[in-house]
Amino acid sequence: MIPLEWVLILAAALFCAGVYGVLSQRNGIAVLMGIELMLNATNINLVAFWRYLEPGAATGQAFALFVYAVAAAEAAVGLALIIAIWRTRDTIILEDIDLLKG
Amino acid sequence: MSLQQILFIIFGAITLGAALLVVTRRNVFHAALFLILSFFGVAGLYVLLEAPFLAAVQLFVYVGGIAILIVFAITLTRDTMNPLENGAGRNRQWWAAALVAVALCGMLGWVALNHDWGAAPGPVLEHSIAILGTTLVDPEGLVLPFEVASVLLLVTLIGTVTIARER
Repeated sequence: MIPLEWVLILAAALFCAGVYGVLSQRNGIAVLMGIELMLNATNINLVAFWRYLEPGAATGQAFALFVYAVAAAEAAVGLALIIAIWRTRDTIILEDIDLLKG
Repeated sequence: MSLQQILFIIFGAITLGAALLVVTRRNVFHAALFLILSFFGVAGLYVLLEAPFLAAVQLFVYVGGIAILIVFAITLTRDTMNPLENGAGRNRQWWAAALVAVALCGMLGWVALNHDWGAAPGPVLEHSIAILGTTLVDPEGLVLPFEVASVLLLVTLIGTVTIARER
């Protein structure tokens, strides 16, 4: 049996890789990829807690499925926004998208 | 060390190594390819955690859906005159971001190691996928969030087309 701590530490490391990507990337699509990594890490945690603490219930897996639905929606809308910005501003470098800057 | 643990280390190394390459590659297209590899590694982890249905959903939704969407977005926004600039790389605050990420990782790891997670887990029920299915459409269970999720996906479908449409 895999120790639960191993799974949790792997998920934490994956989440932090995503955090670094979101905070450090200049490309809008690269930032979205960081968000996807973070969502994957939370899903690993949900499945691990289901398996180790409540294997008889279905809620852990069901919550992971809801995360999938929200992740798909988030990726679709985010990429649509990036394409719309590319059409009007000709850039997806986040530092150049400063229309709302005072 | 059991076979399960060895496989966990292999899949975990694939997932984490690919994830680190995703956030450090300058070329955003290479990053997307490593992201797909990372999704595959996560699917392997679900199999090891005895959640085969979620492993299949992971492959369908992430590898089959989101990864393709990201690759499409990269090709649609590619600056053909300036292909290197599209990679963009990291911004001026990357060192602070790395500091925050490492500190957060250390904190989460400390909590994971120092909390008592209780006794060893029992076996997974044989019909756990059937239980998941009935819970999702059970009025006493999760039918309301299930229906809200379908409305959310419909709104996303319409909203995405509206936002990305050529005006």
